[in-house]
Amino acid sequence: MIDVDDLRFAYAGGGFELSIPRLAVAPGEKVAVVGPSGTGKTTLLNLLSGIAVADAGRLIVDGADLGALSDKERRAFRANRIGFVFQNFALLDYLTARENILYPYRIGSGLRLDDTVRERAGVLAEACGLEGKVGRRPAALSQGEQQRVAICRALVTEPALILADEATGNLDPDTKTLILDLLFERADAADATLLAVTHDHELLSRFDRVVDFADFRAAAA
Amino acid sequence: MNALFLAIQYLRYHWGRSLVLVLVAALILSVPMVTQSILARSQDALTERAEATPILIGNRGSQLDLTMNALYFSDDRAEPVTMAATEEVWDSGLALPIPLHTAFQTNGARIVGTTLDYFDFRDLGFAEGRVFAVLGEAVLGAAAAERLGLGAGDTIVSAPENLFDLDGVYPLEMSIVGVLERTGSPDDDAVFADVKTAWVIAGIGHGHEDVITRAEADAGNVRAAASIVEFNRITEDNIDSFHFHGAPEAFPISAVLVAPYDARSGTILRGRYLDPDRPLQAVVPAEVIGDLVDRIFRIKALLDAVTAIIGAAAVSAIALSLFLSWRMRAPEMATAFRLGAGRGVIARLVVGEITILLLAAVSLSAMIVLLIQSRSEALTAWLLSLGT
Repeated sequence: MIDVDDLRFAYAGGGFELSIPRLAVAPGEKVAVVGPSGTGKTTLLNLLSGIAVADAGRLIVDGADLGALSDKERRAFRANRIGFVFQNFALLDYLTARENILYPYRIGSGLRLDDTVRERAGVLAEACGLEGKVGRRPAALSQGEQQRVAICRALVTEPALILADEATGNLDPDTKTLILDLLFERADAADATLLAVTHDHELLSRFDRVVDFADFRAAAA
Repeated sequence: MNALFLAIQYLRYHWGRSLVLVLVAALILSVPMVTQSILARSQDALTERAEATPILIGNRGSQLDLTMNALYFSDDRAEPVTMAATEEVWDSGLALPIPLHTAFQTNGARIVGTTLDYFDFRDLGFAEGRVFAVLGEAVLGAAAAERLGLGAGDTIVSAPENLFDLDGVYPLEMSIVGVLERTGSPDDDAVFADVKTAWVIAGIGHGHEDVITRAEADAGNVRAAASIVEFNRITEDNIDSFHFHGAPEAFPISAVLVAPYDARSGTILRGRYLDPDRPLQAVVPAEVIGDLVDRIFRIKALLDAVTAIIGAAAVSAIALSLFLSWRMRAPEMATAFRLGAGRGVIARLVVGEITILLLAAVSLSAMIVLLIQSRSEALTAWLLSLGT
C-alpha cells in the first residue's frame, strides 16, 4: 500500500528536514507512528496524502507515484483514495452530522454525490452508533460522537488508506478505546490500510506495527 | 450546486449576521432609488399643484410660507389677511376669488375653511356624500377619512389652537357630510368646511341660548351672564342662534386663491398688488415653487454626494465583514484542502455566498422601492404637508 524509498523533504523556510530511508506498509495493515514532537510525523501524513511533495526519493501510495502527479491529480487522489481523521475532528459547525459525513462529496475533486453515497453514509452512521443523531449539528454532539462523525466522513469515500492524526488525542480514556475499536473495525470492514500518528503508548499494542520516528532521526544523524 | 448548498447552509446557520448584511446592502441599494423617486414625485406634485394655481393673494411677507400654507396646507403660517381681500377681487371683476382659512386642525388634519368654488376649482369629486351646505358641516379628504376611519354621517371635533388659550378657540363638533375621491394631493389629508364654520371655530361667530326672555325684555330687564350656555355643536335646532359679531370684511382668512378669467385679467390684477406699501401681495405659485425646486435640486446634488460617500463606506464595511468572516473560516478551508477540495471550490463558495446575499439584498431593495413607489403619492402629499 505504501512504499517509501530514500524520501527527503524540507520546508521552504528551512530549519526542518525529513529523511526516510525506507518505509513499507502492506495493504490492510494497521500501523502506529510515534516519535517526539517535531520529528515529522504529520509531515509524513502530508506527503502520503499529496498535500506536500517530496524533494527527492520515491513515494508510492496505492499504486500511485505521488511525485509524478500534478496538483490537480494529487487533489483528486486525496479525495478518492485517502480518508483523514483529525485530532480536532474538523467538523463544520453549520452542517448537520449527516452533511458533515457527506462533506467530501460537496468539495472533493471527482466525487459525485448520489443516492448510493447517501445510503452508504446512512449505513456507516448507523454502524458507528450515530443512529438518531445524524440530524444534529456538532455543537449538539459529545466529543466521542463528533469523532465518530469524523470517522464516517473519512470512510464514506471508501478510501484505500486512512490517515489518522492524533485521532484519539482529545478524548477521555473510555471513549479513546471505543473510538479506536471503531476505527479498526471500520477499516477492516472497508479493507483499508490504517496509518495513525499517536502519542498514546497505551494504544500501541493494538496496532500491527509501530514505526518510531526517532529511528529516522537517528538514521539521518 | 454543492457550493451553493454549502453557502446556503452557512448563511442559514449564521442567520443573524446574514440578515444584517442583507438589510444593510438592501438599504444601500434602495435609499438612492427611493430618494430619487420621492424627490421626482415631490417635484411633480409641487409643480403640478403650483401650476394649477394661477395667483395667490396674502399678507406681504414670506412668499414661500404663503404658498406652502395655501397650496399644501403646511404649518407655515403667513400673517392672516381679512375677507376684504376676497371682496376686492370680486369687485375687480377680473377673477374668481376663493378664500382659504387654514388656521385650525382636527385629529392631525388641517381644517380648510373655504367656499364651494374650491371644489370646482380643484376639480374634486366625491367618493361619498355631498358638499357642505350649512354651518357646521365638513367634507373629508380621502386619506384623512381613511386614517380616521370616518365617513358621511360621523362627526369630527376641531382641536383647540392652543391648550392654554382658555378664552379663545373652543372645540366645535362638525357633521361629516361627504368624503372626497383620492387625488394624490394635499386635499386628501384635509378637512373642508365653509369659511364661516372656520370663523365659528375661531370664536368670531357663535350660538347660545337666548340672553333674555320675552317677558324680561318687555320688563326692560336685559342682562347677560357667564352662565349662558354656548353651543359647541351646530344642530337644526340651534343653527338659527348662530351669528357673527363685527363686519364680515374684517374677518380673518389665511389667503385668497385667485383664478383670473383670462391672462390679461391676471396681469392687471397682479399689477394692483405691486405697490410695496400695500399690506397685500399677489404671488404666482409656479414661480415660488420653481425657485424652491431649483433649491431642492441644488441640495439634492449635495445629498447624492453624501449618499455616495456613505454608500461606499457601507460597502467597504460589508466587504470587510465578509473578508473577516472568511479569515475566521480559514480552518474550514484548510480542512477542505486536506480532504481534496478542487482549486476552484473555495472561490465557488465565496462567489456562492456573495451571490445569495446580493440576490436577497436586491430582492429586498426592489420590494422596498416598489412599496415606496406604490405609496409615493400619499407619501409625497404627507411630506409636503409637514411643517417646518
